[in-house]
Amino acid sequence: MIALSALVRRDVRVALRVGGGALIGVLFFLTVVVLMPFAVGPDLALLKQLGPAILWLGALLASLLTLDRLFMADHEDGSLDVILMSRTPLELACAAKALAHWLAVGLPLIIATPVLGLLLNLDGAATGAVALTLFVGTPALTFTGMIGAALAVTLRRGGLLLAVLVLPLSIPVLIFGVAASQAAISGPLPFGTPFSILCALSLASLVIGPFAAAMSLRQGLD
Amino acid sequence: MKLTGRGLRCERGQREVFSGLDFMVAAGEAVAVTGPNGAGKTSLLRLTAGLLALAGGSIALEGGEPDLTLPEQAHYLGHRDALKPALSVSENLSFWQDFLGGDAAETSHALSVVGLDHVAHLPAAVLSAGQRRRLSVARLLAVKRPVWLLDEPTSALDTEGQNTFAAIMTGHLAGGGLILAATHAPLDVAARELRMGAVG
Amino acid sequence: MTLTDLANPSRFLSLATRILPWLAAATALLLAIGLYLSATAPDDYQQGATVKIMFIHVPNAWLSMFVWGVMSVAALGTLVWRHPLADVAQKTAAPIGAAFTFLALVTGSLWGRPMWGTYWQWDARLTSVLILFLMYLGLMALWRAVDDPSRAARAAAVLTLVGAINIPIIKFSVDWWNTLHQPASVFRMGGSTLDRAFLIPLLVMAVGFTLLFLTLHIAAMRNEILRRRVRTLQMLQASKPRAAA
Repeated sequence: MIALSALVRRDVRVALRVGGGALIGVLFFLTVVVLMPFAVGPDLALLKQLGPAILWLGALLASLLTLDRLFMADHEDGSLDVILMSRTPLELACAAKALAHWLAVGLPLIIATPVLGLLLNLDGAATGAVALTLFVGTPALTFTGMIGAALAVTLRRGGLLLAVLVLPLSIPVLIFGVAASQAAISGPLPFGTPFSILCALSLASLVIGPFAAAMSLRQGLD
Repeated sequence: MKLTGRGLRCERGQREVFSGLDFMVAAGEAVAVTGPNGAGKTSLLRLTAGLLALAGGSIALEGGEPDLTLPEQAHYLGHRDALKPALSVSENLSFWQDFLGGDAAETSHALSVVGLDHVAHLPAAVLSAGQRRRLSVARLLAVKRPVWLLDEPTSALDTEGQNTFAAIMTGHLAGGGLILAATHAPLDVAARELRMGAVG
Repeated sequence: MTLTDLANPSRFLSLATRILPWLAAATALLLAIGLYLSATAPDDYQQGATVKIMFIHVPNAWLSMFVWGVMSVAALGTLVWRHPLADVAQKTAAPIGAAFTFLALVTGSLWGRPMWGTYWQWDARLTSVLILFLMYLGLMALWRAVDDPSRAARAAAVLTLVGAINIPIIKFSVDWWNTLHQPASVFRMGGSTLDRAFLIPLLVMAVGFTLLFLTLHIAAMRNEILRRRVRTLQMLQASKPRAAA
């Protein structure tokens, strides 16, 4: 437990200090959301309708594109070797790293959501629904994306390849995240159905992600 | 305690680096792995550390903790220092000490042994290559592990640093530890030599 | 960094220490007068008391562009003369500029609220300010991402100058985009038709806010120079053997 909390604290600290990428995630989110009206036009009624989808897409891209250095940085400076040799199971260490990434990148996205909701003309309830679904759904994005980040170490390259590998895996989360937000805003589905499925997806990814990432890291030993 | 490797075979990218290699390190003993570049010194250390998959043969530690695997009882000091430049010297060390399960009281002692206690609060980014190496050596002191696998441990160190490191190794051996070190330079402690790959 | 490099910033430091109290006092005085004049200015016959947000909003919007101009000059200093003070001026202006831009956005949307019924409308002016705000944030992210200050300074200088050329183009594009979608803009404020009763407080506030920027900027530059000295001393301390420490 001490080992895992130490790992979480270290990763959050590194992300927040100079050279860390935590705040760039939020900035990317903001930029993507601001770009949307330029593509679809400044029609507030339309933006209100598209709002949850735009916010979800922005959060999805922001959390996945910041993931590619999750293991790569540790691999390059040799930390990954020491982590692999430690008495902490690699699966738990992976989970701790993903949790730290979510705290440093995912959580700020959710905090930024109300401001962006304002730009997209979402009312309080709609913004709340999107923030709630993001709160439940972004861990799923981080923990699935982690698999790609581990593969990036094995394959010795990250960036767009990672995005191509991981984006298809995140489609279910996107579907039920947007569906739950839309349900809360306009119906006709009850909010609970897609929201429960979103929770289930998140919980499943919390289990699958660390195992798959650890397996991939072990295979990629070099 | 005894570390033995039998009939080791190592492959890197479909190429055989070495095969049929045997070695043995007993408690309190240091073995210096020597040989030309490409002979597989680093590979042997990484095989032992569990960071490379064996293509054949076996490595075993006799007389260690029965519940733990060999890598879990070993320290590997590679070319890369496993440091985060954004964290301070003491943050870096106490992270590893927390993560690897060392004694918290050892941190400041380890820093003073390697001669970094006066820069403990500075970010690791300002350290020189030799100081970074000293800081990763401090990890070996802050967390107790019987087996030390050292890859060119003294490469970035100055004379004073090499003397300090020799004293640290002597202390480790006196406490019943094992050292397997890949090196070009003489190791400064009494060591048996394991010569690898004279023929390419 | 060597000691000769610090010589020039040293002169700046002593100058800054002498000038800052006066500058701060002048800022406080002008802002006090400006706020008083703004408070006593008559209500607009159409907008009522909300027009008074203008006295805060317009100076902030003006500064959001002025600060980019200051950064562009400093960026030239970095690229052409390699002056260390220019690096410092660039770096410290960015967060202050971002803060003014943010205030311009917030006051703009508060001002728009009674007219539009929403806090945000993709109005051409506000949208341009929002993009400017994003560019400030990007610049700050660039400064944070690179550890070596002089390398960061050169990268930031290029970005600042490209931004300075691009801002009018962005402004034009946004105007075009906006009129394409909404032929009648809700938010028109003719500058020349402004009544004297509004103009004088506005001018006083604009000068006051500009002085506020100067005060903050000089103070931030002084802090940054001191921060860099601390770092240099840390480096020196790190490279010294322990016996001498």
